[in-house]
Amino acid sequence: MASTDTTPTALDDTPPVLEMRGIRKTFIGVKALTGVDLTAWSGEIHALMGENGAGKSTLMKILSGAYRADPGGEIRIGGKVAVIDGPLSAKRLGVAVIYQELSLSPNLTVAENIYLGREPSASGMIDRTTMEKGSAPVLERLGADFGPKTLVADLSIAERQLVEIARAVHADARILVMDEPTTALSSRETDRLFSLVRQLKSEGLAIIYISHRMNEVYELADRVSVLRDGAYVGTLARAELSAEHLVKMMVGRDISGFYTKGQGHGHEPGPVMLEVRNYSDGRRVKGVSLEVRAGEVVGLAGLVGSGRTELARLVFGADRRQTGELILEGQRVELHDPRAALATGVAYLTEDRKAQGLFLDMSVHDNVNLAVFGRDARKGGVLDLASAGRRARAAIDALKIRVAGPHVEVGTLSGGNQQKVLLSRLLETAPRVLLLDEPTRGVDIGAKSEIYRLIDQLAARGVAVLVISSELPEVVGIADRVVVMRDGIVAGELDGSPERPITQETIMELATGAETAAA
Amino acid sequence: MTEKVEAASITPAEKSAGGRARFQSFVRTVGMAPILVLLAIVFQLLSERFLSMQNLSIVAQQASVNMVLAAGMTFVILTGGIDLSVGSILAVSAMVALIVSNLPDLWWLAIPLGIVAGLGFGVINGALVAFLRLPPFIVTLGALTAVRGIARLIGADKTVFNPDLQFAVIGNGAIFGVPWLVVIAFAVILASWFVLRRTVLGVHIYAVGGNEDAARLSGIKVPLVLLFVYGASGALSGLGAVMQAARLYAANGLQLGQSYELDAIAAVILGGTSFVGGIGSIWGTLVGALIIAVLSNGLVLIGISDIWQFIIKGLVIIGAVALDRYRLSGSART
Repeated sequence: MASTDTTPTALDDTPPVLEMRGIRKTFIGVKALTGVDLTAWSGEIHALMGENGAGKSTLMKILSGAYRADPGGEIRIGGKVAVIDGPLSAKRLGVAVIYQELSLSPNLTVAENIYLGREPSASGMIDRTTMEKGSAPVLERLGADFGPKTLVADLSIAERQLVEIARAVHADARILVMDEPTTALSSRETDRLFSLVRQLKSEGLAIIYISHRMNEVYELADRVSVLRDGAYVGTLARAELSAEHLVKMMVGRDISGFYTKGQGHGHEPGPVMLEVRNYSDGRRVKGVSLEVRAGEVVGLAGLVGSGRTELARLVFGADRRQTGELILEGQRVELHDPRAALATGVAYLTEDRKAQGLFLDMSVHDNVNLAVFGRDARKGGVLDLASAGRRARAAIDALKIRVAGPHVEVGTLSGGNQQKVLLSRLLETAPRVLLLDEPTRGVDIGAKSEIYRLIDQLAARGVAVLVISSELPEVVGIADRVVVMRDGIVAGELDGSPERPITQETIMELATGAETAAA
Repeated sequence: MTEKVEAASITPAEKSAGGRARFQSFVRTVGMAPILVLLAIVFQLLSERFLSMQNLSIVAQQASVNMVLAAGMTFVILTGGIDLSVGSILAVSAMVALIVSNLPDLWWLAIPLGIVAGLGFGVINGALVAFLRLPPFIVTLGALTAVRGIARLIGADKTVFNPDLQFAVIGNGAIFGVPWLVVIAFAVILASWFVLRRTVLGVHIYAVGGNEDAARLSGIKVPLVLLFVYGASGALSGLGAVMQAARLYAANGLQLGQSYELDAIAAVILGGTSFVGGIGSIWGTLVGALIIAVLSNGLVLIGISDIWQFIIKGLVIIGAVALDRYRLSGSART
């Protein structure tokens, strides 16, 4: 129990409400967490930061009982050793988690959702009156302007979030985990959420706040803990916070030279390579036009669900469009399917490499060559194994894929190396246009910087690159120009000029539709 | 676009790791072969006649038709599908072959038309799976029944005989002492190996079975691959029909090929091919088909009753696959 923390709350004798020590978790051979510590006090907002894949979600899933930690670590709640062996026991111990994807049933009322799983009953019949009377005060206290009888389907995202919080408060949660709660909120809704979070803090809850956004952490957090590659890096108190320090902790080194904008490829892009005119699919994409020049890296930013992936798939011919035309190097082209796109020199990297990209049971050799086996084949469709072998070995060398040999199954590789294999497959088709959808998702820092360098080199060779990314620092760091989508249309474009600078704030403004300029 | 650097000299570590991968795939391929050897030894100990040249030749002949059907089934299961209609297609193809062989001027078309009939029904299966996106189990379950009906229909529900069958040599003759049936079966296995491992089509079959979405996004014509595997399964059923008819000098639409699909599927699964697609080999299927034939033959030799043969065969199939899973559980994902 000896804690060296010197937070104000540590001065009295109450133990921290949450103490996680030496938490480890291994998934079939992959170490997701290697001994992580986390301490949170009542009445504290504790931010948890780290790159994608650093282990934040895994740690929180262990706390909420979704995963079981490997033996060896210890979790104490309110000073007592806690055994969390499932979501129910976590709930009973006072842990509540609000995930990015909200977990309400939209077909039920607010009151029914608040009582979900603990419905009061009178002689076997569900007792709606008690549910409504019980939810009303909680909703009122949290400042809701809707009643317990409202159907959740009729509520906005922000209001639904409030219902989730009400459910947690109503269940007497002591520890509230919020996983990137502002991702889908407007700036006004974000402000309201922040004041609510502060209210909960003053009521004595411990709030673990997961976020990528530096400014949110500055505004809210009492302390910040940082994870990197599944390991605990350290905890900073509010007074010690600095962006530079935090980034160093997250990335593990200075980030100067990490991003590649303007390193290899010049500032003067070539002629227009890809022109998309008025694309729509009748659902998520509503008339999008954009262009990418040869040797240019264009970022396609926007919130999740803004239609970025859908647009890229339409361009690649993976889905059918309703309207629009495609012009490639001044020529109108029709790409009916991915096969035609690849043959024409347009390649698409899927955002979900395991489900839609790789053949996990097949070798690196086969995965790299899959799109070009047909091109290289000898008469009668007989494989040219010599050329395939050369391609595989060259790809392993060129992209520094860490693998024992070309005949190893791709499923056994790490995320970063898997991504490099998938990229190699695209590059073997010698594309003129590359559509990269979240190219560094679930990839470790080292592979990340190598992928950035690769994108830079490709642009330098005249490839037109469109990068879809949800990581704002990445977009800012590698894109020459940024197109921002919102609700299926182009909300605006940032070219890096003094009037339209490329910053995380300007992108977010366009992505969320916030009218006022950020301070 | 990547720089084509000639591969640097391969370190011993890499070599041994590549060797390990190859050894693993070897183990996976050999798979059930030890079981086959074990069964042969047990039957030899119990009957003393099992390992005679004459009996082994009989076993090979008994295995041959199932080997041909199972080869086609391997293609289908590698894409993650299933073909329940091979027995019925075999019946209808045999009927076609026999009926044509009885036509005075057209008898020479008996073999090609028998195979084409099988191909045709296979292509219909494939079209329904590939273009209408219907589940293979449902499509071929329907075909199992409907094609059986057609087999009875074209022969007016009677047995068709041809005591002077022109191609009877296929079913009863031998070349250099090896029965034609066995030669054909091994030729089919070799051709299947070549298609699966040495052609673009073969890689695409594995790719479609391993990850259909990824296959499409990699520019593979998924519907054509599916059309091919069901077509191949149908055509090989047609070939199996010719082999079977040649042995019998006759075909019966009701009885011929009943439950052959089960033996073919059992051979493929015994051979270690994954039911979800993407993993497996034709050599495994060969071993699987031989195990089934050895069991049938050996149980008869040692005088086990017909009823118990069914029970033992079923248990051996389940037990062998369970053992295989257990053995590979450390190294392979399924």
